[in-house]
Amino acid sequence: MRDRTLSGPNTEIRSVAVPASRHGTKADARSPLSGFDKICGSAKLITGTLTSRRSDNNRTLAQERVILSMTSAVPGTLAAFLCFFSLTVNVPGALAQEATGGQPAATAKPEKKVTEIKIGYLRAYAPQLALSVLDVPPRDEGVAGGNVAIADNNTTGSFLGQKFSLDVTEVKPDADVVAAFQDMIARGDRYVVADVSAKQLLSIADLARDNGVLIFNAGATDDSLREEQCRANIFHTIPTRSMLADGLAQYLIWKQWRRWVLIYGSHERDQLFAEALRRAAMRFGGEIVGEKLFEDAGTARRTDSGVVQIQRQMPVFTQDLPEHDVLLVADESEVFGTYVPFRTWTPRPVAGTAGLTPSAWHPASEQWGGTQIQNRFAKANGRRMMSKDMAAWTAVRILGEAATRTQGADPRKMADFIRSDDFSIAAFKGQKLTFRKWNQQLRQPIFLGDGRSVVSTSPQEGFLHQVSELDTLGVDEPETKCVLE
Amino acid sequence: MQRRAWALAILATGFMAGPASAYMAYVSNEKDNTMSVVDTATMQVVKTVNVGQRPRGITISHDGKHIYLCASDDDSIEVIDTASLEIVDTLPSGPDPELFVLSPDGKTLYVANEDDNLVTVIDIEDKKVLAEIPVGVEPEGMGVSPDGKTMVNTSETTNMAHFIDTTTHEITDNVLVDARPRFIEFTPDGKQAWVSAEIGGTVSVIDNQTREVVHKITFEVAGLRAESIQPVGVRITADGKKAYVALGPANRVAVVNTQTYEVEKYVLVGQRVWQLAFTPDQKTIISTNGVSNDITFIDVETDEPVQSVTVGALPWGVVVSPK
Repeated sequence: MRDRTLSGPNTEIRSVAVPASRHGTKADARSPLSGFDKICGSAKLITGTLTSRRSDNNRTLAQERVILSMTSAVPGTLAAFLCFFSLTVNVPGALAQEATGGQPAATAKPEKKVTEIKIGYLRAYAPQLALSVLDVPPRDEGVAGGNVAIADNNTTGSFLGQKFSLDVTEVKPDADVVAAFQDMIARGDRYVVADVSAKQLLSIADLARDNGVLIFNAGATDDSLREEQCRANIFHTIPTRSMLADGLAQYLIWKQWRRWVLIYGSHERDQLFAEALRRAAMRFGGEIVGEKLFEDAGTARRTDSGVVQIQRQMPVFTQDLPEHDVLLVADESEVFGTYVPFRTWTPRPVAGTAGLTPSAWHPASEQWGGTQIQNRFAKANGRRMMSKDMAAWTAVRILGEAATRTQGADPRKMADFIRSDDFSIAAFKGQKLTFRKWNQQLRQPIFLGDGRSVVSTSPQEGFLHQVSELDTLGVDEPETKCVLE
Repeated sequence: MQRRAWALAILATGFMAGPASAYMAYVSNEKDNTMSVVDTATMQVVKTVNVGQRPRGITISHDGKHIYLCASDDDSIEVIDTASLEIVDTLPSGPDPELFVLSPDGKTLYVANEDDNLVTVIDIEDKKVLAEIPVGVEPEGMGVSPDGKTMVNTSETTNMAHFIDTTTHEITDNVLVDARPRFIEFTPDGKQAWVSAEIGGTVSVIDNQTREVVHKITFEVAGLRAESIQPVGVRITADGKKAYVALGPANRVAVVNTQTYEVEKYVLVGQRVWQLAFTPDQKTIISTNGVSNDITFIDVETDEPVQSVTVGALPWGVVVSPK
C-alpha cells in the first residue's frame, strides 16, 4: 500500500506538498517558518494590548503577529496598492433565478397549512469508558446536534408552514438493527440520520433503498462506506478517516515536521486509522520512520493506583523508536492514546487520536459565525458541541434546506435537490459545503485542535486542487472505488 | 515608492476636486477593542479610541454628533461623542449586537441580535426597547428603506430577507436568498433591496414592490476559487448607478452596474474585506480589510484604489461623517 505510486490525471496537483511562504513574507522558501519567529518576536509589543477574545477574522495569534508586523513594517502599507491590478469580468447575462417561492410567504399566519417533515434518528449506543473522564461521550452525543437543527429548521419553517420532528431509535452497538429500522419505516420515516457501525449501516442499506428512505450517515468514519460499499441512498456528513488523516498530515507538512513514528492499537478501527495515516504520509510527503503496535491487554481504563505505572511504562515503550519530529497515535479504542503526550522518551509533539487531533468540529471553534451555533447548542444542551453533534446538525439542516428550497416535503424532490448542482449548505466552516457526486461524501474543512482550542483548519494554504481544495482531503474522484448504481 | 503613490493618489482624486474634502472616518477594530479615527483628507489615523469588547457594527447620527457602536461581547451599543471622542452613553441592545441600521429620521435603531433570533427596535432618545421582533435563525444584516416604512433583516441560517413594517413591527414578507445573507442595502429610490450572501457567493436584487428576487449577481475572479468569493458589505452610490460589493477573502471590492447588473471591475484592496462606507461627497469609498489590518480608499470616479492605511487589529466596520 505504501509503495503504491499515485496515478491518474491529477497526480501533479494532488501531490502538491510545499506550501508557499505565507503572506508574501521573505521567509526562506525551503523553511517557511524560519523567518517567522523573528517577525513574531518583533511584533510582540504591538499585540501586547488588550484584545478581544473572539473575532470573525480569527487567525492563530502567530499568524496574526506576522500580519501585524508586516503592516507596521511596510512603509505606507502600499502593498495592496502596488500589487493592484484589475480585470473586468462580464458576468453572463441573465442568471438563473432561484425559486423564491412564487408567492413570498405571508408569514406564519395561523390558517397556513403546515407540512410535517419527520426525520428518524437511528443510533447504536452503550455507555463507554475513556482513559480520561473528560473524553467519555455524552449520553446524547449526536442527537443533541440533531435537535438543535430541528429547532433551527422550525424557526425557518414557521415562515413557510413546515414543521420538522426528530424521532430517536436506540440499539446496542453490536445489535441487529434490521427490526428497529423496519419499525422506523413503518412509522413513516423517509429520512434517517444514522449513527451506527459500518456493518449495521450496510445491513439496512437495501431495505432503505427499497422503501425510498434516504440515510444520512453522521457516525461512521469508515472509508469503505464511501468506496467499495458505497450506496446511492446514503449520504455522509461525517468525514472519513482518510479526510481526518489528510487534514492532519497537511498541517504537519506545512510545519515542516516530516518524520513521523506511528503507534497504533490492536483493534480494527485503530488499524484503519493507522492505515489512513500511512496513506496521508505517502500522499503529502511525510515519512513514517518507525511503527509500533500497542497491544490491548484488556486492562481497566480506571485504577485506584492511578498514573504511577503509566509514567514509567510509556517512556520505555517509546524508547526504541527512531529519531522523529512527531509521534502519531492511532487509538480510536481508547486503550493507550491519552497516555502518550508528555510521557514519551524524547520530547516530541503527539498527534492523531491524542495530542493534536483532527475532527469534523471543535467545541471551541468560534470562527465563521461559529459563536452562534456554539451558543445555541450550549444553551439547549448544557454542554459543548462535538463532532458527532455537528455531523447530525448538518444532516438535519441539509433536509431543512432541501425542504425550504423545494417548498415542500416530497422525498424525491428533496433528494433531487440535494444531488443537484444548486445544493450547498453553510455549516460554520468558512465556505459552502457540497457533496462529492461520486460517493456522496460531504466536502468539509477539518479542524485540528488540542483539548482546549483550535490550532488550525485544513486544507492548508498551498495544497491546491483543480476542482475544490476540499478535495485534497480524503479519497479523490480519480481514485475512488465507488460505483453508485 | 511612497511619493509615487501620493502622486497617484492626487491624480486619482481628480484635478478639479483637489484634495478630498476633510471628513472623519471611524473604523471599528474587532480584535483590539478600539475605534480608529482617520482623517480622509490626509488619510492618516488621527486618534485611536478604546471602546467595549469586540466592536463591530458602527453608524453615526445624522447630525454627525454621535457614533453608535455595537460592542458585541459587552452586549451593548456604545454612544461616542464625535467632538470629545469619549463614550458618553450606552443603549440597551439585547445580547450580542452585531449590525444595526438607523431610521431615516434618526430616531430609531434597528438591531440584529444574533443569539436570540430577534430584531430589537430601540428608541434612541428614550433609550427604550420599543419592540422585539422574532425573525429567522441568526439575524445579521439590517436595512431600512429611504422612506423609513420598511425595515429588512437577513437571517444567516434561515437564508431569508425578512421585510418588516416599521409601524406595526410585523413581518410582511420573507424572501429566500442564498446561504448566509449578511448585508442588505436599499437603492436610493427605495425600489430595490440588495442582499449579499456570504456562503452562497451572490447578491440577490429584490424588488421592493413584489418582494421577489429579480436578479442574482454572481462574481468571478480569474485565478480565485469560487469558495473564496464571499460577498459581505454592499453600498450603492447616491445617484443609484453603481454598487460596491466587498468580497471578503477574495480581497476585492466588486463594482456593479446597477442597470445591467454586470460587474464592471474588481478593485484589489486588502485581505478579507468586510464593510464599506462612502464619504458624504461620494468621491471616495472606504473598505475595511479585516486580515491585513488596514482600510483602503477607493476613488469612486475611476474605481482605482488610492491608498491603504493601517488601522487597529482586524478592522470590521466603517462610517464617515463630516468633520
